[in-house]
Amino acid sequence: MSARAVGRMSARAVGQVNTPAVGRMGAPAVGRMGAPTVGRMGAPTVGRMGAPAVGQMNARSRRTAVAVLVAAGLAVTGCGAGDGRATGSGGDGRVTGPVTVFAAASLTESFTRIGKDFEAANPGSRVTLNVAGSSALANQITQGAPADVFASAAPTNMTTVIEAGAADGTPSVFARNQLVIAVPRGNPKAVAGLADLTGPGVKVALCASQVPCGSAARTALDAAGVALTPVTLERDVKGALAKVKLGEVDAALVYRTDTRAASADVTGVEFPESARAVNDYPIVALKDAPNPDGARAFVAYVSSAPAQAVLAEAGFQAP
Amino acid sequence: MPAALLIPAGLGLLFIVLPLAGLLIRAPWTTLPQRLTEPGALTALRLSVQTATLATALCLLLGVPLAWVLARVEFPGRRLVRALVTVPLVLPPVVGGVALLLVFGRRGLLGGWLDSTFGVTLPFTTTGVVLAEAFVAMPFLVIAVEGALRAADHRFEEAAATLGASRWTTFTHVTLPLVAPGLAAGAVLCWARALGEFGATITFAGNYPGRTQTMPLAVYLALETDLESAIVLSLVLLVVSVGILVALRDRWMTTA
Amino acid sequence: MSDRLLDARLVVDRGVFRLDVPLRVAPGEVVALLGPNGAGKTTALRALAGLHPLTDGHVTLDDVDLDRPATGGWVPTERRSIGVVFQDYLLFPHLSALDNVAFGPRQHGVERRAARATARDWLGRVGLDAQAQRRPRQLSGGQAQRVALARALAVAPSLLLLDEPLAALDARTRLDTRAELHRHLSAHAGATVLVTHDPLDALALADRLVIVEGGRVVQEGDGPSVTARPRTDYVARLVGLNLYRGHADGHGVRVSPELTLTVADRLDGEAFVAFRPAAVALHPARPEGSPRNTWAGTVAGVQRHGDNVRVQLDGPIGVAADVTPAAAAQLRLIPGQRVWVAVKATETHAYPATG
Repeated sequence: MSARAVGRMSARAVGQVNTPAVGRMGAPAVGRMGAPTVGRMGAPTVGRMGAPAVGQMNARSRRTAVAVLVAAGLAVTGCGAGDGRATGSGGDGRVTGPVTVFAAASLTESFTRIGKDFEAANPGSRVTLNVAGSSALANQITQGAPADVFASAAPTNMTTVIEAGAADGTPSVFARNQLVIAVPRGNPKAVAGLADLTGPGVKVALCASQVPCGSAARTALDAAGVALTPVTLERDVKGALAKVKLGEVDAALVYRTDTRAASADVTGVEFPESARAVNDYPIVALKDAPNPDGARAFVAYVSSAPAQAVLAEAGFQAP
Repeated sequence: MPAALLIPAGLGLLFIVLPLAGLLIRAPWTTLPQRLTEPGALTALRLSVQTATLATALCLLLGVPLAWVLARVEFPGRRLVRALVTVPLVLPPVVGGVALLLVFGRRGLLGGWLDSTFGVTLPFTTTGVVLAEAFVAMPFLVIAVEGALRAADHRFEEAAATLGASRWTTFTHVTLPLVAPGLAAGAVLCWARALGEFGATITFAGNYPGRTQTMPLAVYLALETDLESAIVLSLVLLVVSVGILVALRDRWMTTA
Repeated sequence: MSDRLLDARLVVDRGVFRLDVPLRVAPGEVVALLGPNGAGKTTALRALAGLHPLTDGHVTLDDVDLDRPATGGWVPTERRSIGVVFQDYLLFPHLSALDNVAFGPRQHGVERRAARATARDWLGRVGLDAQAQRRPRQLSGGQAQRVALARALAVAPSLLLLDEPLAALDARTRLDTRAELHRHLSAHAGATVLVTHDPLDALALADRLVIVEGGRVVQEGDGPSVTARPRTDYVARLVGLNLYRGHADGHGVRVSPELTLTVADRLDGEAFVAFRPAAVALHPARPEGSPRNTWAGTVAGVQRHGDNVRVQLDGPIGVAADVTPAAAAQLRLIPGQRVWVAVKATETHAYPATG
């Protein structure tokens, strides 16, 4: 594996950072977990934790290791503890003015509702959503687009933003998305698990390994020990889902939220190995935010109970 | 020469050439040889050239007669048919791909019948790539050939008839040679469009290395993770297509 | 061999225009369809070739109906035994002169090498051996015309059709080509129909002239009879005669309410009177003595005509007069000038308008 690839992998790991901590402490605790905590766990371990090792660990220890990695990254980029605290206290004070949120496309419906709720809770504020693919958003931010908050569907793209020094504080994971097997409504081929996808005459669509749902699918399949040859490697999760909707494939590995949104045409079949390939959604306030208070308040709000309820309804799991 | 024409002409050229220069400047020249020999890149390139060529052949086979009918046969609704022929030009290619699935897909109008009768399935196959490319590229051929046919003097065909030539012989021995330059131009445009096809291909034929992953698909996916790799692939596609177009053009120019 | 290889009555309706031309051509005979632009000549030719269907009538070649709408008889162009020389030749630009000529024989089932041999032979006959491999655009106008002729003749057609075969050539080439074309047409055993608006071409190439005006045959006959006795203004102009129609009563033909021409011929009823412009004399004052026909006219136009000056005159009848430049100068002929016009009875030619 080339040095470059290792870099990419560790970058992906960054986003998973806060998950364990949040998981242990519960969602509202996000704000309390500031950089100092992470920092203490930091640097010494990093050297030993090469990216290849990550995959060999069990889920819990891997998350811990990843958290360490991120902490190291944050220490290097010099994000202060104070910033983390400021975000935590943002829920109390009222904020006003426009808040521009760059959100991954899969968050469109949820964040539209969360934005409305946020505006209701903060009279005088106005949330503007810019939704697109996470990588496109990350590029826009690093190129200087005026944004307050970045909510990414993939840790990789968050890393891009952090490496560019555009993040204000620690990204926190506010939601997780898990793979399910999308089958045509009614599940005509009676697919119950990953093993059923290798049967003769079963056509499967996966995402290409270059995009998050593809790497997650690969991880899950490897974890299940299923050797699967898909008929296509789609460019994004919507492409894979569309193939199921159109009846061109019998199954596709997509996110649970996607099957929820398309429940008229497809059914999502849960499978245990998906727990091994969870996709984390990190969110962060941005350093050059035109409305820094609004940015922190919005980031905090996304972790609040009402916002988490909206996300859960869409099929996201709580971090 | 009037500056009113030269200045916008120069700007137009710059507009086209600058992004190209951007690609060249950003290309990772030091790692280029190593990246070029990666098997994935060559596989995608070979598949692209093969499918674009087959798609052009298919367009010639179907598009030339269609152009002939549009140019030479008076029938009600001809204007409508001509407009329909250009639909793939304005249709977003992704929609074109979905439309192809609705016809040739497993549950499509013809796809189900093809599968049950002949055991032929088109989505996710190399044949599917050829179909998708032909669908998008066909208008370029039909428009070019129809224009050439209209411009050609149809009295040559009458002359052939007076010499005893059947309609078919007239078409193959007189009409086609007469419109050869237009035919060649149309085929080149068609090929180039097929080579760059992305949306309809990935929608209809999917993306699988060696089978349906053409160069543009490889470029798109490379772009997700590795900009330099995408640039290299784009450059390869560019060099090959420009090389082939220039070579063909020279040949046609000298024989025309 | 029948005395009429081609027997046709060409009726074509094209909107308000109706062509109705009977046509019979014997083997070896060359018939020229002569008429002004828009007379329907080319339509007639296209109908013979099968490039335009008849509305009515028939085309019968060698006792086979090629087109007869009444019975539905129809032989498509490619199965007719015809050869066509088009006005602008229509040589296939992508083929050499040789392959152009070999094209017809090939379509008639001749094997490639034999077809080329035939083509080579024909190119030799029209004197173009050296140009066999040239493309049409590398040929001069005269050469292209000869290739076109060779191409049409190479299939040994029963009916040879020529559409203004010399019109695209410059004056000098035209003269040479006309003579050569005459030689080939004379040698052609089948029927030949030639369409032209040039009386010289028609007279030089054809055995018989069929004059078409407005879709109708207005006069028909061999060269001398047509030129001697024109029956329409068009033909009179073509052959360069003043022509008038009137009512004859013995030696007088009343050609206008004010003017009765005295003629040498004696006849009664509807009649034509023709005389040459050179037979017209002009005088500054009313002439006395021998000329029997005189009237006052006004100069309408003056132009050079060969070595002479042609004067157009208005008056009771319009008339063209050819005078010497010296006479023209002496008379000070300018438009509007009044002069006396005189024509001797012996210079006129009168003939019945009917029959």
